[in-house]
Amino acid sequence: MYRYDELDQAFVDERVAEFREQTRRHLAGELSEDEFRPLRLRNGLYIQRHAPMLRIAIPYGLLSSRQLRKLGDIARRYDRGYGHFTTRQNLQLNWPHLAAVPDILAELASVQMHAIQTSGNCVRNVTADHLAGIAPEEIDDPRPYCELIRQWATLHPEFTYLPRKFKIAVTGSPEDRAASEVHDIGLHLTRDAEGALGFTVLVGGGLGRAPMIGQVIREFLPLSELLAYLEAILRVYNLHGRRDNLNKARIKVLVKSLGIERMREEVEAEWRASRESAPRLRAEDVERVREYFRPQPYAPLEDLDVSSGREAAFLAWYRYNTRAHRVRGYRAVFVSLKAHGANPGDMTSEQMEGLAALAERSSFGLIRATHNQNLLLADVPQRQLYAVWQELKRLDLAMPNIGTLTDMIACPGLDFCSLANAGTLGVAQQIQQRFADLDYLYDLGDIEIKMSGCMNACGHHHVGHIGILGVDKHGEEWYQISLGGSANGFTALGEVIGPSVAQSEVAPTIERIVETYRLLRVDGERFIETLRRVGLTPFRERAYAAHPQAA
Amino acid sequence: MRHILRRREIVADDWRHLGEEAAEGSGLIVPLSEFKRDPARWRVWPGRLGVRLTVVDRVAELADELPRLALVAVEFPTVGDGRGYSQGRILRERLHFRGELRAVGTGVRQDQAFLLARCGFDVLELAPGEDPEAVRRAFARYDVAYQPGAAQVPLRRQRFFA
Repeated sequence: MYRYDELDQAFVDERVAEFREQTRRHLAGELSEDEFRPLRLRNGLYIQRHAPMLRIAIPYGLLSSRQLRKLGDIARRYDRGYGHFTTRQNLQLNWPHLAAVPDILAELASVQMHAIQTSGNCVRNVTADHLAGIAPEEIDDPRPYCELIRQWATLHPEFTYLPRKFKIAVTGSPEDRAASEVHDIGLHLTRDAEGALGFTVLVGGGLGRAPMIGQVIREFLPLSELLAYLEAILRVYNLHGRRDNLNKARIKVLVKSLGIERMREEVEAEWRASRESAPRLRAEDVERVREYFRPQPYAPLEDLDVSSGREAAFLAWYRYNTRAHRVRGYRAVFVSLKAHGANPGDMTSEQMEGLAALAERSSFGLIRATHNQNLLLADVPQRQLYAVWQELKRLDLAMPNIGTLTDMIACPGLDFCSLANAGTLGVAQQIQQRFADLDYLYDLGDIEIKMSGCMNACGHHHVGHIGILGVDKHGEEWYQISLGGSANGFTALGEVIGPSVAQSEVAPTIERIVETYRLLRVDGERFIETLRRVGLTPFRERAYAAHPQAA
Repeated sequence: MRHILRRREIVADDWRHLGEEAAEGSGLIVPLSEFKRDPARWRVWPGRLGVRLTVVDRVAELADELPRLALVAVEFPTVGDGRGYSQGRILRERLHFRGELRAVGTGVRQDQAFLLARCGFDVLELAPGEDPEAVRRAFARYDVAYQPGAAQVPLRRQRFFA
């Protein structure tokens, strides 16, 4: 993984010192809350319902065991012994004390981490495919480019006060596992006719209010132009994005109002006009960073039959929670943060420390956070799989439900977030209880539930096969259900099926929906395939059948 | 007498905005809208002349006038409105404006000083109540940067180059 050089380390250290002084000024009354807000946000610090919330950046989801151990240690000493992994591969602490935040940031800097630009109207953490570098069909590893973008975007003098937040995702495989089409900018690694590497550039995707799918602004961008082209897009957005209405300030609204052709003209004109002054990615810049992402020193191993003579529980885990690896004799192992009875994405300090030790023994000391709020040990020798499973079970991280209905995404919701209209965690538990039977879950197969507690869509409900959106109705928590969304490969936005339902009715409604699928599916169709074939109507009819409480 | 930070030094302002009282020998800063109302008059203005841009003004409109201007002022109406950073870089890097580039408004404060300097602003007309000494110290918060930028602040190391 990338390691800080003297510049990177000096920068984060200087940043901590700056924020320590800003926090001091705030606590001394020299900076009002309004004045402090944009400064603290750019250091990852929100003021939430109960306490501050600190969002720690995990650039493109990659962690060393030392870093994960430090996160566990920070969560124990400065918080309540757990953290929450988000869909953008970050970690949130829910209960830090404001005055202690500079110390937390200094602890992070000691392991080459930070919380810079994880909130505020600036370029946020750059996300990537969690199978980067090991996916068999990959064109190129996206992480070196994520790291270069991270550096370029860090305290960018021109783009630190944008109209609104700005999210970039990079993917290097044909299958989009980073939801790049619902990002402000999506970058797809590709090769041109001569075999040279470059990017297809998408712009204007986003969820939240008025969800939109990104459109191609440039089919092929040479590597060396990456930062120059990003600057051109950001500059057009910075100058012309709306600032009069927070809900219309994302770049997707600008792209929609100009149209993609006009947007392209503006960006390309800006790009051409900035040739002398925009940063160029020199080959040596790229090479320096690529060096850090070379393949691991894999042992020469053979593929094994790991299943013979093993118990059914291990076989289920193997089938659902592990994936093929590019290198013979290895497997990628999902660490499920979706244990039934736990909040999706939550992890305790003990689990973090236990997993850090396991990663050192069995996966080159590296851990990845995924877009689906799970973790991944990317490079596990097949001969260690059984021992890894036993240790994950001991840590309560082996729930064999990856890709199933209970592997759902949920934002923290009303229990923590001051923006939320409704709770998500109680609903998640309700769903987990209703679908606790693993055989039933496996029979249902690949179904993605994504749940958000408000329109801001941190839980990506628009792109869930089943989307759940919490809404406030006269002070009560109700839930709108949508069907048919997807963020993998074929990006689609779900359609709301009808009136929202009361909290107690969410799980029963979902059960009626998936029962409809069981009734209508043919030839091993997945849920989303049946839905696309037969349309929404039969699902809608049954979802509300015998429904006492629709409003 | 207003004080400004010119290249990190606190000095008395020798410019006035249109509508402010004239002091002996002070230059005059007029809004772009005012300049456009009567360009012929301003082009033969006998003293030092500067033009002030609002956040919605297109910098390119000023391109032909720049050789005659000793100063361009760019507005930062709030801390959160960052359009002026782009306007500043375009003036310096694309239009090669070599006169004074001045940041004006309630968004011009110590916590933005480093960014403003990196975008080419060499004069800060501070928000009311902002302590110039604190701003002067704020330039020294960072001695490294990732991006290419104006040489207003001495840097030890920089990553990317134009």
